[in-house]
This record gives sequence, C-alpha cells and structure tokens, in this order.
Amino acid sequence: MPKLRMTGRGLWITLLIVPPLAFVALFIVYPIISAFAYAFFDWQGLRRGGFVGLENFHTVLFVEPYRSWTINAFSHNLIVFFALMVLQNGLGFLLAYALWRELPGARFHRIAVFLPVVLSTIIVAYLFKLFLHPLFGVVNISLRGIGLDWLAQPWLGQGGTALWALIGAQAWHMVGFPTLVFLAGMQRIPGEILDAARMETESEWVKITKIVWPLVAPSATIVFTLLFVGAFNWFELPYIMAGLDGSPYGSTDVLGLYFYRTAFGNVSAGQQDFGLGSALAVLIFIFIAAFATFMTLRLRAREIQV
Amino acid sequence: MTAVSTSYYDRRGILGTLGRDGLLQIVLIANTVLMLAPIIIMVFSAFKTTPQIFQSPFAIPDFTQVGNFLRIWTETNFLRYLLNSFVVTGASMVLILTLGTMAAYAIGRYAFTGSNFILMFFLAGLTLPLKLAIIPLFMLMRDLSILNNQLSLIFVYTAMGLPTTVFIMTGFIRSLPNELEDAARMDGASEARIMWSIMLPLVRPAMVIAGIQNVVPIWNDFFFPLVFIQNDDLKTLPQGLTSFMGEYTTDWGVLFSGLTLSAAPIIIIYIVLSKQFIAGMTSGAVK
Repeated sequence: MPKLRMTGRGLWITLLIVPPLAFVALFIVYPIISAFAYAFFDWQGLRRGGFVGLENFHTVLFVEPYRSWTINAFSHNLIVFFALMVLQNGLGFLLAYALWRELPGARFHRIAVFLPVVLSTIIVAYLFKLFLHPLFGVVNISLRGIGLDWLAQPWLGQGGTALWALIGAQAWHMVGFPTLVFLAGMQRIPGEILDAARMETESEWVKITKIVWPLVAPSATIVFTLLFVGAFNWFELPYIMAGLDGSPYGSTDVLGLYFYRTAFGNVSAGQQDFGLGSALAVLIFIFIAAFATFMTLRLRAREIQV
Repeated sequence: MTAVSTSYYDRRGILGTLGRDGLLQIVLIANTVLMLAPIIIMVFSAFKTTPQIFQSPFAIPDFTQVGNFLRIWTETNFLRYLLNSFVVTGASMVLILTLGTMAAYAIGRYAFTGSNFILMFFLAGLTLPLKLAIIPLFMLMRDLSILNNQLSLIFVYTAMGLPTTVFIMTGFIRSLPNELEDAARMDGASEARIMWSIMLPLVRPAMVIAGIQNVVPIWNDFFFPLVFIQNDDLKTLPQGLTSFMGEYTTDWGVLFSGLTLSAAPIIIIYIVLSKQFIAGMTSGAVK
C-alpha cells in the first residue's frame, strides 16, 4: 500500500512542522508585518484611527521637535557604532591574536575574556553606574588615589562624557564575543599557510595584515554585522545607566530609547503614540536591514577574493 | 611542520620572539585584570557595609558578614524574581528544544516539497530585531489576554529561539547517517518510533549547543518583561533588579549583594561549563 504509506508520512511531517511554524508565524512574522501596517494609521492610545498615509513618517523626519530628536538619536547611534568598531572589535581582534599564540595561561585568559558576556546587561549597567558615581564610585576613588584628581569626573552627569561612559561599559561587557569569533577563525587557518608565511616574511605586521586578516574575513563579516545590528538596537544599557530620556540633556539618547519613549510614553513627557512609534520602528528596521545586507554583500565579496 | 618553524625561530633569535610574545602576554594579563576586577569588586562589596565600601573599596572583606544577603532574603521579593526567571526560562527552553527538534527533524530527515522554503522561513527570523515589532507584539498579547502573564514571555522567547535552534539542529541532523533508520524501517518501525528511539539520542549534542545559545539571552532578557509584565510578583530577575535597585539607592552594600546574587548562578554555571558555553554561544557565528 505505497499510497497510504505516503499520506501517513505526509501527516507525520505536517504534525512535526506545523506547531513550530505556527510559533514563528504568530510571534515573529505577523508582528513584523503589522509593525509596517501600523505606521500608516493614526492612533489614539491603544485604538487605531484612520489611515494617514505617510504622515507619521513625515512627522518624525521633518517636523520639529521630532526632527531634531531623530537626528540627535541617530547621530549617537553612529558614534556608538564606530566607537565600538574600534574598541570592541578592534580590541577583540588583538586579544584573539594574542590568545591564538597559546602563550602560558591562554586557557585562563580565554575564560576571563568571555565571562562578562554571559552576564545580564542589567547587572553590567548597574555595576558601572555604581562604579562611575562622582563621589563614591571606584573609578573616581582610584583616580584620586593615584593623584589624578583632575581626571575624576561626574562621568554620567555631563554631556561630554556620558555617552562615552556607556560605550566603555558596553565594550567591557561584549569584547569577549568578537574575540572568540576571531579566535575560532584564526584556529581554522591551515598550518601550511602559516609556515609558508614565516618563510616569506619576518615582519609580524605583514603577516597579520596580509595573511591572518584576509583569512579571518568570514569572522569579520559576522562580528561587524552583529555589531551593526546591536549598535542600532541599543536599549538596555543606556536605559539603566542614563535613563529613558537620554539624560543629561539627551546626550545619551539613541534610537532604541527614542522609539520606546515615543511608543509607550514616559513619566515626564506623558506621550504615547503608536503611529509615530511604528513609523520610527519601520525607519530603523529598513535602515538596519538595508545597511546590514549591503555590508554583508561587500564583506562577502572580500571573502571570495581572498 | 613544527620542526621547521622551531628551527626558523631559533635562527631568528629567542629574544626577538620573546619580546613579541611578551608584549602579547602583557596585553592578555592587562585585559584579564580589567575583565575580572569589576566582578571581584562587586563580590567584595557585597560583604561590606556602605561606609566600608566608600572608605576602602578594594579591601578584602570579612566573608562571614552576610547581613546584606540576609536582608535581601527576608526583606525583598528577590527569591520570587529568581523563581520566576527559572519558570520562564525553563518553560521556554522545553518548548524551544521540543519544537526546534521537531522542525529540524522534519526538514533534515525527509525530502518533501517546500522543505527548503520552510527552512528559509525559519531563518528569516534570525537577524530581524524583534524589539522593533514590540508595538504589534504588545497588541497581540493584549488580544490573547496574556499581558501581565508569564505565557507572553514564554511564547515570545520560544519564537525567538526557534530560528537558531532549527538552523543548528537541521545541519546536525542532516549529517547523521541513514543506515540505522533504514534498518529500523525494514523491521517495520513507525516513523515516530524511529525518531524517538533511534534519532533523538543521537541529536543530543546539537540540543546542548542550541540550548546554551538560547538559555543565556532568555535568562538575561529585560526588554520583553519591561513591556509585558506589570505585576511585581511576576517579574523576572533582570526586571525585578530594577525595582530592587530603586528601593535601596543609598544602601550600597545591599545593592552590590543584589547584583552579586543575580550574577552568581550564571557565573557559576559558566565557570563549570566554560567550554560548552563558549562553543554554544559562538556556534551560530562560527559556522
């Protein structure tokens, strides 16, 4: 009875595939599609009003004060992205290279560098908020202790340093991730290539730039893309360390906070606008998707050339 | 191969090599100190009184002084938050691994029309930032009447975990040999029986990898509870931590012991299972 057997198998496959598919459809695909639809409507609180076309997009992009808020938040995300590119991924590459040489204690160092990654962002954020306290935080106590009183700052309390304090905390939290992805990439480089390289050149710098770096291109594609998505999604750490308003004076505002604030409101502003929030979400989403795709394609092209 | 490189280094002179590696060793040690110092200061401070923290933040404390921890135990909702995190994370993990294995098994083990499309459908959720769909998710949870209910978290986490799980496990399941299965089929075993008794034991390593990759972000998540959960008795640990920190702003000893208690479970598991953790959390990226 081959036919019956086929239907039996078809039923079995359906049984296996439908429940997981339903979860993804209902809780990922449907909300993301809806997020696009919501942006074209007027909202009164939780109630959907009339279709307004592109008006919400126009408001967040061109109408004051939204225009300035959008530009301000976006420019901070750009700073965060470029700073973390150097601090987190750059340091990650250097650390991976150092770990790769299997110096004494390498295993211990590898465990230590990844330890902060497993901690909750909330713990990291509070920890650094306490450490950066102007009077009682260990950062300023240490600086004063070694005679650098002039360097002791109200790190989170002034516009010039607050965003950088958050970037520093973020880099501490996540540097282990690019480190281990780069290290895994380096460990896959065949020994023959390295031995040949040793014959060719004695300069470590040439070896890194001409051999190691091109060969870990797949790792670079991944850590760059993830950092990009992460930097433009940044929310928890600035929310805890500097507050939903991006205090002081919006100097730590980023798109994630701005979007959440616009959609769900906050105590001081009292606003709640699902239409404007959705428009922002769509813009951020399109930006991330477009740029991440562009980046991945460019970086992939580099991988193939090598 | 090693012989070649060793003799090469000998010719270069040991000093030059030592200098370079010495520099890298210094970088590693400095970095490790930087990584561990905040965690050590946190644990030390948890055993100190507030004046002790301000006066000598780096001093080794008297570890028998557990007053801060006792206060957390008796005066706050901390245990409840911890329990909630266990419930939500546990339920999500059971669902993720069950549903993920089901889907991966169907895609990886049977040839059927649309299997590639279904895999693509799962993978589509891989890099999309679901945070940006929080408004529709909020409305959906409201319509399902599970706002302020842990089911909302469990459902979202399950959906979020499935793409990576299906991705990792499909690849693994495809790599398994067919012989055992075919033999069982000859003997007349049902498809369900083959999956349960023969294939499931074989996919356990992939389940561990997929499990670790999902358990950390779910255990640590703050964003979805922030939106979905209002009731203090239902809060998870990262979310509960914010109300806790708000209550004790001036009592730094209690603050640090709260942070230490929150961090302890995952730090301990990480130190014990560091190899599996590192493999699990970077596996998606390394593939």
